[in-house]
Amino acid sequence: MSSAPDTSILTSLNIQHGTDLHEMKFAVTAWSKGRARVGVLQLANCPQPMETPALLLSTRKGLPVFISPDLLPSLPSPDSHLLQMSPLHFLDGISSKTISNIGGLHQMLGLHEYGFAAVPRDSIVCLPECDSTNKIGASFETPSGRRLIKPVEYMEMISSMKPSLWATLADEVPAWVSAKRNKASVDRTLRWLDECITLSPAGGAVFGAIVGGANVEERQRCAQEVAGRNVSGYWIGGFGLGESMDERPALLNAVADILPVERPRQICGLELPEEVLQGVAAGIDLFDSTYIYHLTLGGFALTFPLESIQRHEFDSRLSDVGSDHTKINLRATIYRKDTAPIVDNCNCYTCQNHTRAYINHLLNVHEMLAQILLEIHNTHHYLGFFRSIRTAIKEDNFEQFRQTFIDSRREHLNMTAVCASA
Amino acid sequence: MALRFEVLGRFNRARAAQLTLPHFVCQTPLFMPVGTQGTIKGLTTNQLEEIGCQIILGNTYHLALRPSSELIDELGGLHKFMNWPRALLTDSGGFQMVSLLHLADITEKGVTFQSPVDGKPMLLTPEESIQIQNRIGADIIMALDDVVRTTITGPRVEEAMYRTLRWIDRCIAAHKRPEEQNLFGIVQGGLDPVLRDICVRGLVDRKLPGYAIGGLSGGEDKNSFWRVVAQCTAALPDDKPRYVMGVGYPLDIVVCSALGADMYDCVYPTRTARFGTALVPEGVLKLKHKAMADDTRPIDPACMCMVCKNYTRAYIHCLVTKDAMGSQLLSYHNLYYMMKLSRDLHSSIIQERFPEFVCEFLQKMFPKGDVPEWVCNAMEVAGIDISCCCAPFSSSQD
Repeated sequence: MSSAPDTSILTSLNIQHGTDLHEMKFAVTAWSKGRARVGVLQLANCPQPMETPALLLSTRKGLPVFISPDLLPSLPSPDSHLLQMSPLHFLDGISSKTISNIGGLHQMLGLHEYGFAAVPRDSIVCLPECDSTNKIGASFETPSGRRLIKPVEYMEMISSMKPSLWATLADEVPAWVSAKRNKASVDRTLRWLDECITLSPAGGAVFGAIVGGANVEERQRCAQEVAGRNVSGYWIGGFGLGESMDERPALLNAVADILPVERPRQICGLELPEEVLQGVAAGIDLFDSTYIYHLTLGGFALTFPLESIQRHEFDSRLSDVGSDHTKINLRATIYRKDTAPIVDNCNCYTCQNHTRAYINHLLNVHEMLAQILLEIHNTHHYLGFFRSIRTAIKEDNFEQFRQTFIDSRREHLNMTAVCASA
Repeated sequence: MALRFEVLGRFNRARAAQLTLPHFVCQTPLFMPVGTQGTIKGLTTNQLEEIGCQIILGNTYHLALRPSSELIDELGGLHKFMNWPRALLTDSGGFQMVSLLHLADITEKGVTFQSPVDGKPMLLTPEESIQIQNRIGADIIMALDDVVRTTITGPRVEEAMYRTLRWIDRCIAAHKRPEEQNLFGIVQGGLDPVLRDICVRGLVDRKLPGYAIGGLSGGEDKNSFWRVVAQCTAALPDDKPRYVMGVGYPLDIVVCSALGADMYDCVYPTRTARFGTALVPEGVLKLKHKAMADDTRPIDPACMCMVCKNYTRAYIHCLVTKDAMGSQLLSYHNLYYMMKLSRDLHSSIIQERFPEFVCEFLQKMFPKGDVPEWVCNAMEVAGIDISCCCAPFSSSQD
């Protein structure tokens, strides 16, 4: 059915990238005490292998929300070459057939040397809506309204988009649902996993979805089943949906201990640095970056030191405006005349070119460049955080690294409490 | 004077020149994108350099409100504040007060307006406008003029023209940095050739570094528009830059350049981008249109910009007016288009093929040969034969 120019696009894509377009390789290269690990992930179209634990950059329709493709190369490479996208972003506006005619995501987005991980939930504009999910398909709140997605429809999208890796359709439920509903979600997720695998196109690494809510037994049951399927990796869903941080380690460990060590594990819903550290400690390899999106929209810039996480002088002025020792709020009037970059010695595009005063002005007058500059800096900084995590694991120092980070945050919170009560 | 203007090539009235400003050596004709609040919406300064922007415009009114000219001055001027190494121009602030504020009142002292901050009446005098622009520090600053809509007729137009002439002396007297900043005077006088003539003569007597033709692009008919431009460019000194304010449609720029104008500014390319419209040689392409949803061609197959090299109309269609990236990518393309147009005007004049360029431009925009009459009239005055692109008369006339 495709017209002449479209076929030529497809051909050139094949020539460029060979036949193993979607081949994925993964190997664990270092362990810290406990479950934390460093791995190497090689995607066929990415020229360099990427180390894990890694951050996948959240996108809107395949591109970072504010960083245009010509600015992407200013981010650290190859660390920034993993992008997460939701096929549901394309429910309106462009058909699967057209995406397929263009040649899939890589061709459509002009990002040939990037890896795309497709996951329906993006934790920003596409969220699971468990009350409307039924045995036919999973329901999501999306920018085009509430939509029920059947496995066959989902697989149509995956086949046309040709992501480097993709998660199977899951029935994600919040922590507070009944045991019966939670069990149903595991049953459905497993059934959809098999349907997705049956319908899966040639190529594209399949990540089997694991759910089970806040119930350890259900988590184990789901992990056990998925571990037995023919998949390239695992996508752990159902987090960041109302469970407490305290109950997480047990749930994460229960899953991680069942999964084969030699395959990558991706997670959704762990945002904050502390949450990422929690995931890494349980042996998770891939994280999303909705945290950066939320920081950027709030006018926040990450500032915590990357080389060694250390304790800091407490500045009481900062706490009033939502800043703490990990981030600053550039909307605050104290930055009006601050001609320093967000972080001294940071070599991101933003810090190399612009001052806090300028970004403060851009935020004040609601100019889009504020978000562009903040997303660049925050992405750069969070990628640095992941690099520090990997270094700590390689040096067998992860637990100490994590403890120091958490302690310094806690110290800050205590100081804030003291200031507030004084 | 802090500029040098060297004409490098001509075709009849049209000229290609090198304009040396304190921060950049510009090639004219040139288009200046509008960066109202110290940023071109959605683009980084690196991208603007990459696209080939030579000079961008800042709005004095907006910058004086936020972050304030005092703060910009304290932090080393607008160039440093927004990290833009190339040239800048600021307007006088008068136009925004009249266009944005309902309660603006113009008297001999200046423009009285209601402060958008606390609602109190405030006064912008010529002296104050120049003082603010001196603090902002742009390469070119504009005199405060008395702007009236071109659709208005009668004694108000005459009053505004004479007042503009009186105010120019107050602006010159108030200008504290003539060695670093160039003060341009603005020709007013509505659509009345007599008034325009008096104004041009008055301003030329002041020997300013450059001149602007103001009061146009306010809804006047196109025939009146180009006649005012033609009259002013003919009367303005040959060795000074001529800036037609508020002009930004590609067709208008080509016509004005043929008539001997050098500089233009307009929000149109970036504003229309945010509404989902792309500039193309054929005119405009509305990316919101349903037909774009399965169009796998680039916006303009002949365009070499980052957007056209990478993206299909179908993909841009699903971004526009929904995602910030839609505005960013279309603004990038549209400004690239304007910069390419500026470069093409410059090089075709230098290479003595300006008429050919104009004809190609018109042929693409009016493939059926339906070139508007006002364009034909203007081109006749400009001494450019466009008969080959005007359908009904194309071959029968010779």
